[in-house]
Amino acid sequence: MDQIISNIGLLLEFPIVNLKIIIDGVMIGALFALAAYGLALVWGVMNVKNLAQGDFVIAGGYISWWLAHQGLHPLLGVPVSFVIMWGIGWVCYKLVISRVIERDLFTSLLATFGLAIMMAQIMNLLFGSDTQSLKLDYETLYFADGLIDVPIAKLIGVIMAAALAAAVIIFMKSSRMGQAIRATAQDARAARVLGIDTEKVYAFTFSLNSAICGAAGAIIVMVWVIQPFYGITYSIRAFVIVTAAGLGNLPGVIAAGLGIGAAEQYGSHIFGIGYQQAIAVVLLLVVLVYRLAQQRRVRQVLK
Amino acid sequence: MSTIIDVSHVSKTFGGVVANKNISLTVEKGAITGLIGPNGSGKTTLFNSIVGYHPIDAGSIKYEGREISAMLVPEIARLGLLRTFQQTRIYGAMNCVENMLISMPHRKMRFLDAFRRNSRQDRERAEHLLEFVGLYEKRLLRSGSLSFGQQKLLEFAMALMNEPTVLLLDEPTAGINPTLINGLIDRLIKANTEFGITLLIIEHNMRVIMNMAETIYCLAHGELLAAGTAEEIQNNQSVIDAYLGAH
Amino acid sequence: MTMAQKKWLFYALIIAFTLFAPFIFPAFRTQLATLWLMIIVAVTWDMTGGQMGYNSLGNIFFYGTGMYVAAVVTIGLVYDVGEYTGAAGGGKYAFTDAQYFTGLVLGTIAAGVFCALSALVLGYVLFGLRGPYFAIGTLGVAIAAGELVSNWDWVGGGQGIALPVFPGDFDSAKLFIYYLFAGTGVVLFIFVKWLYATRFGAAINAIRDDEEKAEAMGLHTLMYKLMTWAMSAFFVGVAGAISAFQLIHFEPLETAYQTINLGIFMVVCVLLGGKGTLWGPVIGAILFHIFKEVTWNYFLGWQWVALGALIVITVVYFQDGLMGWLQHRKPEWFGMRVEKRDRLAQEASE
Repeated sequence: MDQIISNIGLLLEFPIVNLKIIIDGVMIGALFALAAYGLALVWGVMNVKNLAQGDFVIAGGYISWWLAHQGLHPLLGVPVSFVIMWGIGWVCYKLVISRVIERDLFTSLLATFGLAIMMAQIMNLLFGSDTQSLKLDYETLYFADGLIDVPIAKLIGVIMAAALAAAVIIFMKSSRMGQAIRATAQDARAARVLGIDTEKVYAFTFSLNSAICGAAGAIIVMVWVIQPFYGITYSIRAFVIVTAAGLGNLPGVIAAGLGIGAAEQYGSHIFGIGYQQAIAVVLLLVVLVYRLAQQRRVRQVLK
Repeated sequence: MSTIIDVSHVSKTFGGVVANKNISLTVEKGAITGLIGPNGSGKTTLFNSIVGYHPIDAGSIKYEGREISAMLVPEIARLGLLRTFQQTRIYGAMNCVENMLISMPHRKMRFLDAFRRNSRQDRERAEHLLEFVGLYEKRLLRSGSLSFGQQKLLEFAMALMNEPTVLLLDEPTAGINPTLINGLIDRLIKANTEFGITLLIIEHNMRVIMNMAETIYCLAHGELLAAGTAEEIQNNQSVIDAYLGAH
Repeated sequence: MTMAQKKWLFYALIIAFTLFAPFIFPAFRTQLATLWLMIIVAVTWDMTGGQMGYNSLGNIFFYGTGMYVAAVVTIGLVYDVGEYTGAAGGGKYAFTDAQYFTGLVLGTIAAGVFCALSALVLGYVLFGLRGPYFAIGTLGVAIAAGELVSNWDWVGGGQGIALPVFPGDFDSAKLFIYYLFAGTGVVLFIFVKWLYATRFGAAINAIRDDEEKAEAMGLHTLMYKLMTWAMSAFFVGVAGAISAFQLIHFEPLETAYQTINLGIFMVVCVLLGGKGTLWGPVIGAILFHIFKEVTWNYFLGWQWVALGALIVITVVYFQDGLMGWLQHRKPEWFGMRVEKRDRLAQEASE
């Protein structure tokens, strides 16, 4: 308790520390937003709530990590993870997801939870249960008398995340497949009547989501750490963001992602680093309760 | 007679569409009140506002003098204000008797009553009401396998089982075989006279409502067009223009 | 023999087997105890998931909380809990037989009651959530609890907490734990068999099939949901407490709040056996336990992957479970009547 109060005191005494926390939070939040965008895509298009989202992220991280140990440059690991995770996503779609799309929501939730457990365990067997990360030997920039440090590696990570997000958004807006995806999200039956092969759209969407997560994971391994069982927290974070922002609300997803990144950094600064996972989950409950109160005012529940 | 439902100056919009605009109406205790109007005139919206499915933008809705416009569906239902659905809602996987027994008036039970089994009297009452609506022969069939009209009758019987004070019926005769409609009208009137249930009925079929309701309200384009007895409504020129003329 | 006599004979056989199983298979006493634990968590999960339609992924919260409440009560009756955990079994903390059994009885009851109360509090918030939101919300509670407890030094933090050892030899300890689990399981089964036949049982079924209709008919839906979860939580809490005494030492993330192990196994058990049926969860728990033990012995390291695969396969291909499949094939066994033409149409469509 004393520790918490002194941590808060520190924040008030040195306002510049707040800036550092926010910068850190926003940098990591950009990656959360990426995974959340993928979740919103899958959720909106095929109404599958993917609890394996975080495990796709971690898998992408391990792919990049493993390739780096084989001599590939970590920055190249990002596009390679994107491609490999595309393939893994496609296989998951064909084997599992395609069979649960038309079923009730709990089915897809449980099936993807099973998938998440499998993936986490496979990664645990292949790579061991230690935390891993890739060190990039770039310099660190210092501001405000060294109180704020921004490693260039992190900056590169954020820029790559933003570039990926921009690419996906442009793709969704302008390409034919992007249009087909958006049409299917609005009304799958109507899309089918108009000659859109929704099966193909679903497979593409899920693979795209998996690839986005993979790339996000490959960035995370450069700026943070990964561990086979960290997946579920990323899934939860993605859910928090999508629940807070709502479906089909891209600016909302980005804002919520950055906000949750910052909130988590604040939380772990105040309560201690051990609470990082707990804070991510508690934020979920906070968002759910807030949304419930919102619904209560219009005499509804959260469905 | 005293007023049991008092709707005053209720407005409701969905996005930009005005579904109800400044509507006032009253339902007298023990009476049958009708609510008519062409498609899209806002009848079901008003219904949903009364039973608590969505918030209203302005106005007040009182039940037995108590403001209910901010209450939730189950809270309102527990006051004895019950509704049936336009698209019937029954428990398709259960048989008719089970459907009836679920409809027991839980609001009148004490807490521990819920942990009892249904007594023989409950069962007999359920069967009696099924007989009343003409479903006795089908009582042990899975209710999902009944025809639409029969399901509608079952839903009506379930509502009676619940011993409501006021029953709001959303188009009770829609989708029912025309040869059965007269029987249904008789039963609705009996529910009113014998069981003493106040009825508010949305109806499309003019003949049905004219034969039952003492007071009729007519909506058009979300506004109250006219109110009065069956005869007055029948002779009201604006109603004829908006509604009957449209036929 | 009449039907009723057959039924009684069947139940008598099961009770006899329950009583003598640890002597028939003395080498499998721990396995049998675990089997009863699986049955308890599966049946309690089915109370909300199968009978009421609220699929919780966080019932493991009550299991973990039950363990901790039992431990804290047992220790707290004799020593200061903070000092006890701080010393991490420094040796000077001995328990007499009387202290052990007082702790066991009071700790187990306290675990059940505390879990029931926390279900009421959590449910008051979470039952506004429907479908997947409820599942994710409950999962969030379980994960958050595990993480928070592992940072809570008073109860031992991530190191966990140790309970006194059973005063007696190793074999009698196993036997004792087996009968505790089995007794709880039998009581639970009789309880739900009674509960599902009452108006309460019908009401929660109505909530599952169409909650909006149930609300529109004035059922006290929130209260029924809270009561069901609280009753379910009570038994899970008791089971957790017994587990705590079985394991003696446990830690928060892998043992108590084991979200991805027991937390999801209970759901799979119910799906395997058949959701919303009386016997389904029991049969499912037996099937699952057998599968789990077999994979443990033969899959060497890959058993967790095999279990994940079992979850996926069960959910995707066999979700109605054994009982659901039987119900579909032979509805008359379950006292259901369908109009003849429907039956014919159904058969024709297959």
